[in-house]
Amino acid sequence: MEALSNRKKVLEQKPMNFWERMYLPAIFKGMAITFRHMFKPKETVFYPEVQREFSENWRGMHSLKRDEEGRERCTACGLCALSCPAEAITMVAAERKKGEEALYREEKYAATYEINMLRCIFCGLCEEACPKEAIYLDGPIVPADYLRKDFIYGKDKLVEKPLTELTK
Amino acid sequence: MSDKVKVTIDGISVEVEPGTTILNAARQIGGEIVPPAMCYYSKLQGSGGKCRTCLVKVSKGSEKDPRPMPKLVASCRTTVMDGMEVENITSPEVVEARKGVVEMLLINHPLDCPVCDQAGECSLQDLGFEHGAAQTRYEFDRRTFERIDIGDKIQLHMNRCILCYRCTYVADQITDNRVHGVLGRGDHAEISTYIEQAIDNDFSGNVIDVCPVGALTDKTFRFKNRVWFTKPVDAHRDCPTCSGKVTLWYKGEEVIRVTARKDEYNEVEEFICNTCRFDKKNTSDWVIEGPRAIANTSVISSNHYETLKPLPVIQQNPALMAANKEEFERTKKS
Repeated sequence: MEALSNRKKVLEQKPMNFWERMYLPAIFKGMAITFRHMFKPKETVFYPEVQREFSENWRGMHSLKRDEEGRERCTACGLCALSCPAEAITMVAAERKKGEEALYREEKYAATYEINMLRCIFCGLCEEACPKEAIYLDGPIVPADYLRKDFIYGKDKLVEKPLTELTK
Repeated sequence: MSDKVKVTIDGISVEVEPGTTILNAARQIGGEIVPPAMCYYSKLQGSGGKCRTCLVKVSKGSEKDPRPMPKLVASCRTTVMDGMEVENITSPEVVEARKGVVEMLLINHPLDCPVCDQAGECSLQDLGFEHGAAQTRYEFDRRTFERIDIGDKIQLHMNRCILCYRCTYVADQITDNRVHGVLGRGDHAEISTYIEQAIDNDFSGNVIDVCPVGALTDKTFRFKNRVWFTKPVDAHRDCPTCSGKVTLWYKGEEVIRVTARKDEYNEVEEFICNTCRFDKKNTSDWVIEGPRAIANTSVISSNHYETLKPLPVIQQNPALMAANKEEFERTKKS
């Protein structure tokens, strides 16, 4: 069939000569490249011990934020779960009782808040949808684990540590 | 045909009975040219004329008197004349005025949509989204009230009220004794019951459905779930007091809320009684008719799919399904 463009190159393969049939020059050439790389600086890091610096717009593990008085910002409005394309977020809302004003900022709060890290695609839409600036994907890489159930992160793993613990 | 009058709304002509309001004439045409209404309710006599969101411009009064009306008129209270020409969304003046009205309605609104149970089916939310400005110019403290329990089933958040008076009309016209009403005047006006008197009437729950905002909400549904995570299903039952035609709002297997069926203008088709609304929350109480059709522009229809069960692509393997279920049970979060 005639080519549509004239850019096609037809490769010609000549029969190998004696030196080429010995393969030794090709082996030495290859080994030279290998040994040269041993003296170059390493591109890899030893991951859990050494951590690479993240870029500014890196999206990692989620964290649920507290406000300046240490109250949870999340009000369980469900917009993160609605915007989530992977349907990774679930929550159960509850009403704040008298005496819990120091714990939760709004009248309503998330009693349970779960993110399935296996479903999550770290797109950051939950962060964008949040009207209360409560969720940010500013954490590290989500660690590996053995069981599927251990990837469902609850509030114990997601909520920021209270201010009093941070200052210690 | 001779007794019908012709009215043109945004360039679309329609023939209606004399005495029809402009709003209802527009609703006969339907579509985008229907003015929004916060206080007018077609099932309640005397409603309308309070919120001013349905303002339209009458560019030609009638065939006999073609002068335009000097000011924008409330379309829910103005009746049509023969040959009348009305501009709604085609008039920049109307769009501008409506923006002002939305700003005015939102002056004392707390904007606590993330907390409010009405979010997702709130007329004020839709209106603000369509016509409102993203910023408020109001710098003063918004008026705040303690929330009030009207009976054990209805919750009144006076903060969110826009004083549309719909609920008082319901109490007047649907139930036989009204115990709540509007107290105070002007900026101090508020919906209240005297000494937090409980409304115990068979139809008092309808104030929840007619409320365009989240001021009157179902206490049994309070913070249970967001409306867009629930699935609306039409159902009916043999009810001795009302028509028994309702919408059930499912979350999983559980009925978490029962409301009347609402049409495209957020008005109920038929009022329902309190027994249906609050006491019958089992699937066994109802005859299911099918999923409720929700406009695909509504947030409630997001993530809902037309086919409830996706068609099987591969042949079902019971042994594999049992093994999968066992595996799922084993790894489920306890």
